Amino acid sequence: MAMITDFTPNEMMTIAASRALSNKDVCFVGIGAPSAACNVARLTHAPDITLIYESGTIGTAPNVLPLSIGDGELCETALTTVSVPEMFRYWLQGGRISIGFLGAAQIDRFGNINTTVIGDYNKPKVRLPGGGGAPEIATSCKEVFITMKQATRGMVEKIDFYTSFGHGDGGDHRRRLGITTKGPTLLITDLALWKPDPETKEFNVVSLHPGVTREQVQDTCGWKVHFSDHLEETPPPSELELTTLRELQARTERAHGGKKGS
Amino acid sequence: MAKFQSLQEAVRDNLRDEDTVAFEGFTHLIPHAAAHEAIRQGRKDLTLIRMTPDIIYDQMIGMGLAKKVVFSYAGNPGVGLLRRMRDAIENSWPRAIETVEHSHAAMANAYEAGAAGLPCAVFRGYRGAGLRDVNPEIRSVTCPFTGEELAAVPAHRPDVTFIHAQKASRRGDVLIEGIIGVQKEAVLAARRSVVTVEEIVEDFDDLHPNLCVLPHWAITSIAHVPGGAHPSYTHGYYERDNASYLEWDKVSADRDLFTQWMRTNVLEAGPEAFAERVKGL
Repeated sequence: MAMITDFTPNEMMTIAASRALSNKDVCFVGIGAPSAACNVARLTHAPDITLIYESGTIGTAPNVLPLSIGDGELCETALTTVSVPEMFRYWLQGGRISIGFLGAAQIDRFGNINTTVIGDYNKPKVRLPGGGGAPEIATSCKEVFITMKQATRGMVEKIDFYTSFGHGDGGDHRRRLGITTKGPTLLITDLALWKPDPETKEFNVVSLHPGVTREQVQDTCGWKVHFSDHLEETPPPSELELTTLRELQARTERAHGGKKGS
Repeated sequence: MAKFQSLQEAVRDNLRDEDTVAFEGFTHLIPHAAAHEAIRQGRKDLTLIRMTPDIIYDQMIGMGLAKKVVFSYAGNPGVGLLRRMRDAIENSWPRAIETVEHSHAAMANAYEAGAAGLPCAVFRGYRGAGLRDVNPEIRSVTCPFTGEELAAVPAHRPDVTFIHAQKASRRGDVLIEGIIGVQKEAVLAARRSVVTVEEIVEDFDDLHPNLCVLPHWAITSIAHVPGGAHPSYTHGYYERDNASYLEWDKVSADRDLFTQWMRTNVLEAGPEAFAERVKGL
């Protein structure tokens, strides 16, 4: 398949994230960037993936990206739509989801996520929307993927609020809290792929996207970055991947009147 | 026993100052017309419960109706933040509000516990989550059989719940289709319930036996308000008006613009305006 060099960092991020998903996955799709990646996977190499949105839609196959988590398109293309209590009790808490796919406003080196407040909780500088389903997605899914654009204000030494728990202070912190699932196992940014160190659980860069330097990764990250000894280069988007993503976004933009969807 | 009323009567009879009230809907079927009627009638000191407070709670908070909000995700879906709610939290405008924040799982479980007549909900949640430290209503219990520590939150028991649905039969049974969210639980958890509907049909004789139907004796009041979910949508009737959600981001960004918008579109309008708003959607 032809490889292309004309793509944006955002496109690389979405496509790299889509590659991490497979046909056998049952994926709980978070609001924001994850939705595009999950649907590109479904439209390319993983047509049998089961996508679940917290509005209760199971096995959904939207033709355009939803603007909200409860768009009609999700229900109309789903295998079935269940109530929200059933979604959280039987399907998520019941341990039936293999991957939870989350976005983040703030993240730290151990994959802990903040989407609640910037500043003090009781006197916030910015009141963000809050956790929604994320606190339990982070602990009930067998593993968690996270995707976000790199920036020093997003990738920080210390997050302002623990909306959803990643690896806490690292090491065996999850196990000590009685959490039996793996937690964050992959972080996909616009510049690189990151995986947690097996012992410390700190996210290390394992693959740089084409043309990205170590300096660029460090300059957009608020903590001292560790690079894997076996640092790889992410394969560039294939023509199929890029065309699929661009067509999906164009359909979405037409459907939502200029808004890209999530 | 469901009583057919105008929306004005239904709100007047069922919503009182200082009530704990849920206007539920999960992106779909959000009871906009009912919320606007509550604003017009000038209810005050309400405790608002909602999993996903969006435009209607932004409007009610901005108009000073709420003293407290219990929620799990406060955003304009697909657009951004709730600017009126932020202004109340960050700057106490037009008044200070108290917030009680949960996760979706906790809120869904709390409604279900309320519907089931239980005092609290028990679930596996909040592990490692910061909300435990800022919400004293999040506690834990130990399973008497396995010793597992589980999260516990109090059941939601609203004084009144408002929802929007597709159809009511002449007898007052209500049909909800599509993304059904937490509406059935929110109605059954409440002491009183008001349902606005798109359409009133003769009977439900031909329905599939497993559809989401609330029997007439489980509902207090029904009001016929075509378009009553706009700019949210009603599956099978009209689509989500995404442009209005985008517009709200601009309207709500400015206190004066907001006040003016509310006067024109809510205070000086009535429930009948909704049918017009969904034409062509």
